[in-house]
Amino acid sequence: MKITGKVWKFGDNINTDLILPMKIYFLTPQEQTRYVFEANRPGWADEVEAGDIIIGGRNFGMGSSRPAARSLKNLGIGCLLADSINGLFYRNCVNWGFPALEIPGVDAAFDEGDTAEISFDDFGVRNVTTGAHLDGIAMPDQLLKIFKAGGIYPLLEAQGLIAPPA
Amino acid sequence: MGMTIIEKILARASGAAKVSPGDLVSVRVDTVVMFDNNFLPNIWREILKLDDPKKLVVVFDHRVPASDIPSAISHQNGRRFVEKFSIERFHDVGPKQGICHVLVADHAYALPGTVLVCSDSHTCSAGAFNCAARGVGAPDIMYAATKGETWYRVGETVRYQLEGALSPAVSMKDVFLHIAETYGEHTNTNVEYGGPALSNLSINARRTLATMSAELSAEFATFEADEVLLDYVRARNPAPFEAQAPDADAKYADVRTIKLDEMEPLVALPDTVLNNSRPVAEVAGERIDQAFIGSCANGTLDDLTVAAKVVAGRRVSPKVRLIVTPGSQTIYREAVSKGIIATLIEAGAVITNPTCGACSGGHLGVLGPNETCITASTRNFKGRMGDPSARIFMASPATVAASALKGAIADPSEFLR
Ligand code: SF4
Repeated sequence: MKITGKVWKFGDNINTDLILPMKIYFLTPQEQTRYVFEANRPGWADEVEAGDIIIGGRNFGMGSSRPAARSLKNLGIGCLLADSINGLFYRNCVNWGFPALEIPGVDAAFDEGDTAEISFDDFGVRNVTTGAHLDGIAMPDQLLKIFKAGGIYPLLEAQGLIAPPA
Repeated sequence: MGMTIIEKILARASGAAKVSPGDLVSVRVDTVVMFDNNFLPNIWREILKLDDPKKLVVVFDHRVPASDIPSAISHQNGRRFVEKFSIERFHDVGPKQGICHVLVADHAYALPGTVLVCSDSHTCSAGAFNCAARGVGAPDIMYAATKGETWYRVGETVRYQLEGALSPAVSMKDVFLHIAETYGEHTNTNVEYGGPALSNLSINARRTLATMSAELSAEFATFEADEVLLDYVRARNPAPFEAQAPDADAKYADVRTIKLDEMEPLVALPDTVLNNSRPVAEVAGERIDQAFIGSCANGTLDDLTVAAKVVAGRRVSPKVRLIVTPGSQTIYREAVSKGIIATLIEAGAVITNPTCGACSGGHLGVLGPNETCITASTRNFKGRMGDPSARIFMASPATVAASALKGAIADPSEFLR
């Protein structure tokens, strides 16, 4: 599986309240996407295009367990790359079937607007604009399986453990 | 090479002789805690089969009593779920109400050496009980409740060795701010707390540090078990358990000594607690509109007690709203019977019912544009407690209470000799 897209950069310690603020907690998942990064980058959710890629620095997604990864997925983001990803946020990427990879050094290797090409076969990323290549941290098979099923809900639904969406 | 506390708990729960950093482990889950957000219409999926209803605890806490229609619907969904599976450990609005992590402590639902999952990020609170507990996602809860298991990536562990004792105006919140200021984020790393100072620390004090460890972006935060803890648990929960101690040759990414005697009151500046705190004297005089004492980290009886001590016989500044939220009805009742609530009210504090409330900006004390708040809760992210232009400073309950009196950020030392 390969993903190619235009890069947007966000830096270190991006938190979940910035991605999914409390004031829109009750909106539908699709409506919630309009508010992604509203506090730190107003208007961005309208500018970003389907397939674009987010690059963070260290500790991306720190904060709450809220389904912020679902908002990035529903906004059409192609992939999240970061030097390191908060453990809870990483789980939620897997849970919601949203592509995310930890790639030490990725923040420094890209400028905003560069094009990134990511492979989920060898977990590497290429900066198409500069030609640089970096190795990411592999996603274990067990998690890859959940991720490829589209996340936990489709998996549990197929096993008859939870009901389909009401 | 031996194992750290968390490695030993995860090894036992996964049936392996040994686990090491880098492993991905599947573990049996002992306790599943669900709360009102799990039942919100935009996330809830009806569960058709449970692994074991006895493992479940259901709590309504984020917005109680229901503050709006979606919350009311989440409570209805939750009550239907509890009834369908005859779940006994249920904390509805009423006499057993409280914040989930506080209830886990009040009732010792988190047993030493076991695995507890809850999809709130401050679940590491139960790490004070020598329990493998950390925040997971809402879908993880569905997985754990229906299949009785979950997965963890095993990270390296940093050990914090606590020595000495705190002086009266300093609390474990200040110790946390010191750690966050000095060492920054701990992404993908576990933290382990232990050392000779443990015997000087109440369970509540330990819980503050364990709970706040979520803000280090740590994976698991786990305390050593001592007799104080074991007695506390045995007095509240008859179930058997086996506490886990680190091996003598456990491998740590780092061992850091924290001398409690050297700690001082600190204040985190707005937006983050990572590398962002100052001694209270450097921020003193900063005018505030609201002061908040509450949350799963600082709504304990110890916290209300120290706040009452600071404000006793004095008046909260007429320009400040001091909001105090006990962590549970049990704490609230005790604080009433000890006269703590009366002292706080006399001084001008507003006491709310136990709930997350102002901590998450969901209801009760939401901040308006450009307001300034000092909070003894868990997070000071931009927009966390209301409008994104509001500034949120974070400090201990003592510092928050002292600031409420002065109308500006203030050192609590003069009130707590
Ligand atoms: S009190 Fe605050 S940090 Fe604790 S569970 Fe509630 S919202 Fe989360």
